[in-house]
Amino acid sequence: MNLLKERTAIADTQRSFLRSLLKRPEARIFLVLVLLIAFFAVAAPASFATAPNIRNIAADASVLMILAVGSTFIILTSGIDLSINGVLVFSGVISAKTMTALGGDTAAILLGLLAGLVSGCLWGILNGILVAKARIPALIVTLGTLGMSLGAALLITGGVDEREIPLDLTLNFGSGRIAGVPWLVVVAALVALIGGLVLATTRFGRYTYAAGSNPEALRRSGVSTSRHLIKVYAIAGTLSGLAGFVSLARFATTTLGGHSTDNLQTIAAVVIGGTSLFGGVGTMIGTVIGVFIPAVLQNGFVVLGLQPFWQQVAVGAVLIGAVYVDQLRRRNRDR
Amino acid sequence: MQATPLLEARGIIRRFGHVEALRGADFTVYPGEIVALIGDNGAGKSTLVKILSGADQPTEGEILIDGKPVHLASPQGAREHGIETVYQDLALAPDLDPCANLFLGRELYKPGLLGALKVLDKKEMARQGTVAIKDLGAKIKDPAAPVSDLSGGQRQSVAVVRAAMWAKRVIFMDEPTAALGVVQTQGVLDLIKRVRDKGIAVVLISHNMQQVLEIADRVEVLRLGQRVAQLPAKNNTVETLVAAMTGGTIKEHTS
Repeated sequence: MNLLKERTAIADTQRSFLRSLLKRPEARIFLVLVLLIAFFAVAAPASFATAPNIRNIAADASVLMILAVGSTFIILTSGIDLSINGVLVFSGVISAKTMTALGGDTAAILLGLLAGLVSGCLWGILNGILVAKARIPALIVTLGTLGMSLGAALLITGGVDEREIPLDLTLNFGSGRIAGVPWLVVVAALVALIGGLVLATTRFGRYTYAAGSNPEALRRSGVSTSRHLIKVYAIAGTLSGLAGFVSLARFATTTLGGHSTDNLQTIAAVVIGGTSLFGGVGTMIGTVIGVFIPAVLQNGFVVLGLQPFWQQVAVGAVLIGAVYVDQLRRRNRDR
Repeated sequence: MQATPLLEARGIIRRFGHVEALRGADFTVYPGEIVALIGDNGAGKSTLVKILSGADQPTEGEILIDGKPVHLASPQGAREHGIETVYQDLALAPDLDPCANLFLGRELYKPGLLGALKVLDKKEMARQGTVAIKDLGAKIKDPAAPVSDLSGGQRQSVAVVRAAMWAKRVIFMDEPTAALGVVQTQGVLDLIKRVRDKGIAVVLISHNMQQVLEIADRVEVLRLGQRVAQLPAKNNTVETLVAAMTGGTIKEHTS
């Protein structure tokens, strides 16, 4: 009798634990990811759940992951960054030019990385100043700098892809592995881990949430909201620069035309992961899951032999669903 | 003979172009009292409060804290003198929990290397925040839920507790109960009394005369940019207050 009661009590707490877990948007979306993986693993057991394929999915997702970490910070401040793919390409071009000019040895590669990071950071600072100081809406600012950075990259290269990427970079880093894990994946995972820790545990993270939740509250607490915003845009720009370098290593070319939808894919991933477009709500773990949903869908459709274009349709539907759930939550809150 | 005023404004003049919002206004706050600042719309209440909380600077006049002249260049400057303000819109971050709001801009960090990296000591902030909430007897349903999940009265309580946590001398409260229901209003008024009982002076800006008489120890009346009366709240009536606000007789009580 008592045992039965105890057992129901345990079941109850388990149920309420599960329920509170499922209330979190990233938990719901994680469930979606698990179901997708399970579905593809059952539908194509010989090809989907294999080590090479998983490695492939992760490597494909690495560039998007790096971009999405930066965009998570930006969207949390209720901003948006459309310029990331332009900045990515521009930084890739600067990085490639630097490496070629310096001869392509290890020192040249490292300086190329630095050049890419710095040029990304500078675009980010420009975005930040225009958004925070000139008070131009982020959508317009970053749409403008998207065109400017992409145009500048085309001007520098004359519209022809830079293909002289040091072999050391593409072989050892771009296709290299450590303990079976591609280097690109290691870098993306580190970026996500550090970004997640900064967001969840530091003052910088807290001010990021506060800036998106109520910038006036942050300002009246004596914090310079505009300086914080500039830092956030600078970080996103720097990460776009890193993504440009990683993209060089992976594709061995500047891929001038290959990133045209990266910004929208990134924003979709962040929002699918539960970050609110209105700012103030979201987590890095959600973003990581949000990056993998499109990646798994894409790969799964290819593995199943379906037209991969279905992925775009599916991701669009998931995106709308995620924003709808966020709206419902807000409506309940403001009732 | 009363004690030295905690905060005193003397002959404050504030001009906006040709408009004189304050025309030599005086204002006095004594230690451990609730003083109500009343006046009709346009009397200069908000301008005076802005100046005394550092958000605006007077064209002329002086501000004294404990009898010594000070210059309040910014809200930060006023805060360093132990003056806090509860704004009408509360200035809370709705997506953060109450403790995060209590410590916004004054976070505590973990010791050692993590602290140098500005890693927050959330446990310690939650502990101190809970103590502060309990000390003032504020009722906050769930200290871990975002502020947006709280009722209007509880949000107001978070804002008041935040001010009380950091104020050493004076808290300005601009219409703290304007948006609240009857029960919630009583809760916030009780909270304000407990803040006073802890030794922090409270300046209450309110249009609700009944409430002013109920809670305040003293009333100062502004009219057309000048102080026109200082009245004890005890044994006074709404009629006297309204008469002072709208230009009946000028009375100065300094005892």
